[in-house]
Amino acid sequence: MNNVDLSVKVGPLKLRNPVMLASGTVGYGREISEFTDLNKIGGIVTKSISIKPRMGNPPQRIVETPSGMLNAIGLANVGVEAFINEKIPFLKKYDVPLICNIAASTIDEYVECTKILTGEDAIKAFEINVSCPNVKEGGLQFGNDVRAVGKVTEQVRAATEKPLIIKLSPNVSYIAEFAEVVKKEGGDAVSAINTLVGTAFDIYSRKPKIKNINGGLSGPAIKPVALAKVLEISRNVDIPVIGIGGIMSWKDVVEFMIAGASAIQVGTLNFIDPTAAGRMVDELEQYCREMNITKISGLTASYILDKE
Amino acid sequence: MIVVKSTVINTERLQGNIFLQKIRSPEIASLIKPGEFLNIKVSESTSPLLRRPFSVADVEDEFIYLIFNVAGEGTQLLSEKREGELLDVLGPLGRGFNLNDDFESAVLVVGGIGAAPFPFVTRMLENRKKIITFIGGRTSADVITYGMKNVFSATDDGSGGFKGTVVDLLLTKVNEFRSAYVKVFGCGPTPMLRALKEFCLEYDLNCEVSTECAMACGFGICQGCPIESTEQHDKYLLVCKDGPVFNIKDIVI
Repeated sequence: MNNVDLSVKVGPLKLRNPVMLASGTVGYGREISEFTDLNKIGGIVTKSISIKPRMGNPPQRIVETPSGMLNAIGLANVGVEAFINEKIPFLKKYDVPLICNIAASTIDEYVECTKILTGEDAIKAFEINVSCPNVKEGGLQFGNDVRAVGKVTEQVRAATEKPLIIKLSPNVSYIAEFAEVVKKEGGDAVSAINTLVGTAFDIYSRKPKIKNINGGLSGPAIKPVALAKVLEISRNVDIPVIGIGGIMSWKDVVEFMIAGASAIQVGTLNFIDPTAAGRMVDELEQYCREMNITKISGLTASYILDKE
Repeated sequence: MIVVKSTVINTERLQGNIFLQKIRSPEIASLIKPGEFLNIKVSESTSPLLRRPFSVADVEDEFIYLIFNVAGEGTQLLSEKREGELLDVLGPLGRGFNLNDDFESAVLVVGGIGAAPFPFVTRMLENRKKIITFIGGRTSADVITYGMKNVFSATDDGSGGFKGTVVDLLLTKVNEFRSAYVKVFGCGPTPMLRALKEFCLEYDLNCEVSTECAMACGFGICQGCPIESTEQHDKYLLVCKDGPVFNIKDIVI
């Protein structure tokens, strides 16, 4: 067997392979490009952009936890203007789909930001962050409210014809309900999951280890949670899912696809091994060869469950 | 900036919980400069998950020396690495010390494990500049003199050298080294750096300090290591990329 087709579709968004780089873990591509050939990656999701630049939270912003890390960066970003003038030109040099992640404090801001960016040819899709746990306004305030997620989806949908992905929070009791409303309001896909709210204390000072008190938990510690959420959406809602959460190897990619993901995003791993995502693409191809899989997209939602 | 497997040559206990480790890493050794750092994965497992940042203590041909304090799980594992074991090393990272300014004597001010970058600094300067080194620690066991020249020490408990902080000691000697051609280089805990900043501002001394902060990636993508700038109030600097060495006037300590 010679050719393995690694290409996947996430709704209208076509990717040459399912390995994307997650927002907030690759900046705007420049640093990671020194380690990984971006032309090999399925897609790059840039750091959440807001209308105005944001400083982010004061230190300490991160702490390591068992097989994971908590972060409370606070959406530090250069703002939409510098993103267009300084960051997009660099990414244009590469043949990699740019998915632009947007964060905002109000629905109007989401819409305004999308309207400014939708004319940029380099942007192939939008991922709307309604689930950042580390900012006072917006973020989880939206992510936990199914009507708010519906409204954001509806209004951003009206502002762009490009593929629209909503990044969902796992900090809800029934995530499929959120995926359902995204579908209903015209969203093309969902990303699942963003980080889980967590905290950690210093037992000597009795103070939180993170200045923001709570942070978002990521890394392999959250993988089983992420898989369960992807599966829940996949079993209940007919919408493409991008799986995210603790992916550390090509085996995790396969597992997420089996659970229902059409594509995946590598996040925390980029901090630890910035060369890993590129390597995964080759390893996935190898796996497909060994398993006689001609189209990797066939793995999506190929789980086998005993009949109840 | 590369990721390479580097071989541990030797790990030895310098004193107390302080270790000296020699690793073979030809590519990085040929590139790295004093004050720059490495981000090291000490275990292949997911615990500990993140790399650990270490200043480079010195370089010799294709070998790199690290000095570190066993402070937690990561440094404990590193201290247990024996000859032939492999470390996953990312580097060289950050901006180091500028040793090429117009100065005649270097005053090195060290607190505890802040000694780590100074054997390299000392070796690069010793043939062309006068060096005076002030080293402080809680007790004499915390005063690391490895690779240093012309050392004056201070301890909080008086168990070695001057009784008091290293900046108190500096104040008693300031008239001996003060001149327009002095440059101060510092590294140590935050209270020391804060006192050093006050000292340098008062005596109008040019000073660079190496800072530290919890970080994940070490090269600017996680945004985990902000430090407040005295100039720009609308954005943070990053310890990993804009530092870890800063002019002491440029940062809020």
